[in-house]
Amino acid sequence: MRIRVGHLYPDYLNIYADRGNIAVLARRAAWRGHELEVDSVGIGEPVRPGDHDLLYVGGGQDREQALVATDISAKGEALREAADRGAAILAVCGGYQLLGRWYADQDGAELPGAELLPLETVAGSRRMIGDVLLTCELEPGRSHTLAGFENHAGRTLLDPGAEPLGRVVSGFGNDGESGFEGCRVGRVVGTYLHGPLLPRNPWFADWLLAQALAHRTGGEPPELEPLGDGLEAEAHSVSSARARARGGRFS
Amino acid sequence: MSATNGKTTTAAMVAEILEDNVRLAHNSSGANLLSGVASTLLSAHDAELGLFEVDEAALPEVARQVRPRAVSLGNLFRDQLDRYGELELVAKRWRGAVEELGDETVLIVNGDDPQVGDLGRDRRRSVVFGLDDPRHAAPGLQHAADSKWCLRCGTPYEYAAAYVGHLGDYRCPACGHARPPLDVSAQSIELDGLDAVSFELVDEEGPMPVRLRLPGLYNVYNALAAATLARELGASREEVREGLERFTAAFGRFERLRMGDRTVLMLLVKNPAGANEVVRTLVAGGAPKLAVITLNDGIGDGRDVSWIWDVDFEPLLERLERVVASGDRAAELALRCKYAGFEGGIEVVPDLARALDRGLQLTEPGGELFVIPTYTAMLGLRRIVTDRGFARPYWERAA
Repeated sequence: MRIRVGHLYPDYLNIYADRGNIAVLARRAAWRGHELEVDSVGIGEPVRPGDHDLLYVGGGQDREQALVATDISAKGEALREAADRGAAILAVCGGYQLLGRWYADQDGAELPGAELLPLETVAGSRRMIGDVLLTCELEPGRSHTLAGFENHAGRTLLDPGAEPLGRVVSGFGNDGESGFEGCRVGRVVGTYLHGPLLPRNPWFADWLLAQALAHRTGGEPPELEPLGDGLEAEAHSVSSARARARGGRFS
Repeated sequence: MSATNGKTTTAAMVAEILEDNVRLAHNSSGANLLSGVASTLLSAHDAELGLFEVDEAALPEVARQVRPRAVSLGNLFRDQLDRYGELELVAKRWRGAVEELGDETVLIVNGDDPQVGDLGRDRRRSVVFGLDDPRHAAPGLQHAADSKWCLRCGTPYEYAAAYVGHLGDYRCPACGHARPPLDVSAQSIELDGLDAVSFELVDEEGPMPVRLRLPGLYNVYNALAAATLARELGASREEVREGLERFTAAFGRFERLRMGDRTVLMLLVKNPAGANEVVRTLVAGGAPKLAVITLNDGIGDGRDVSWIWDVDFEPLLERLERVVASGDRAAELALRCKYAGFEGGIEVVPDLARALDRGLQLTEPGGELFVIPTYTAMLGLRRIVTDRGFARPYWERAA
């Protein structure tokens, strides 16, 4: 089956190896006989709800974020409609911040967001940098870990009752205090974890692919055939150990 | 001398040019923080001139304390974002450092880097260098290109030629912000495989042919920076040419080490821009079938290893038949190869000594083993080679 991916602003938001995430999705789809078709959606180019099974927004620096903020805000309604129709969305770091209501940067300037996730972000004076480990339960009773690296000045505050992506085992997470990391609304996920995220967390790559396939077929997310993930497991275990040994915290 | 890439090589080239005539205090082992500069000065008893490569983040403080005669700034690429934060923050600190320099300080900048070239614009004494040979332009900006947007207005620059990453001959189509005129340039560049590159160094006195015993366009940048700095410090054109032509690799950078009847070619990689140039040079010069690639994630390497996904390894992987992945993050490196669709064999051998031995075992007698390490892995590998009696430790080399 053809899985259609819309990659938002790949020229601007690509600071932490976001193309690694796309490569993992493409290969893991192909190994199951599916084909990932990736379109770039740039500034001024519309998001057409229903056209993409998965949308991806990567990370950028303040300068790049400022260059795309107005545009992503203008795409907000289309993004919300795409999500309502069941498209999967993954946003990492800067992209995560831009899916919220707004982002106030270092100079106090407020950048508008897409208003897709129930959160807001304020740039703090101390960057939160280091290895991170989370536990997540995206499906009831199925607990997994996510290992990655975070590097952000923004402190993201979820609205009361909003669901985080996971709970921090080691590292800062959204704000260094709440113990929450990321945000999830249905098939829409935002997170600070890069590394990139997907190569060392293949279960999560497969979860996204299954959600995208569900959007494509209009049915339930399929169970994907398991792959030989020995290297992935080793990379995950090294990255988890790093987080446990040297994950960031405010002391 | 500061830059994301090339500061060790550039400073070593300057030393090669100057040291016959001037007693130098030079931090040649790469200790480039404030403490490294201080300890170099403490141990340099009768030095006449301080020559320091300086860490990008340490530049403002070092410049404040040593009040340099000349400052050379080479390039800014994304590098160790876990340590420096955003590239933009480093650029901002450099702008502050340049504003604080006295009028008597000569500022030398690489005009091909938009952020760096702009620093020389309003100074009384500045010298701008860059490449001028569009035959060597890359087909387009690389994936990891930084500083793609106009400093003034945010419009994407248009490049008449992009040479290395975002370094090149750029112009903003909206507001006209463009590469400054070059005072010193390299023209008629001829790449000669893995062994050499020759070019004409052109300044106000006209062209002068130079042949470097190092490969790659990025070393032409290093040579231009070194030549310009050495000239400002009083070297003659002939001394510059002779020094550059005598120069062989700095520590771990295209350094050849003999190990019995085999040679190890050590190619340090630290960030996407530098690694891309290593890949490009290897592919142009006849890529090997085997490489030992080592990825560590210490402070000196960058704790965040995501940068390996920004490197365009693919042209090299297409030619390799086998990769020995090593270092603390060997598995991550193996994943980088796997998801690039690498069809050859991947061996994961985290231990550096065992990986080196495996590589040597797979290399024919008389052959050359290509080893591509990150910084602390390079130090570790070099120590192994030294311990076995095949290379002098760097402190002897530096002396």
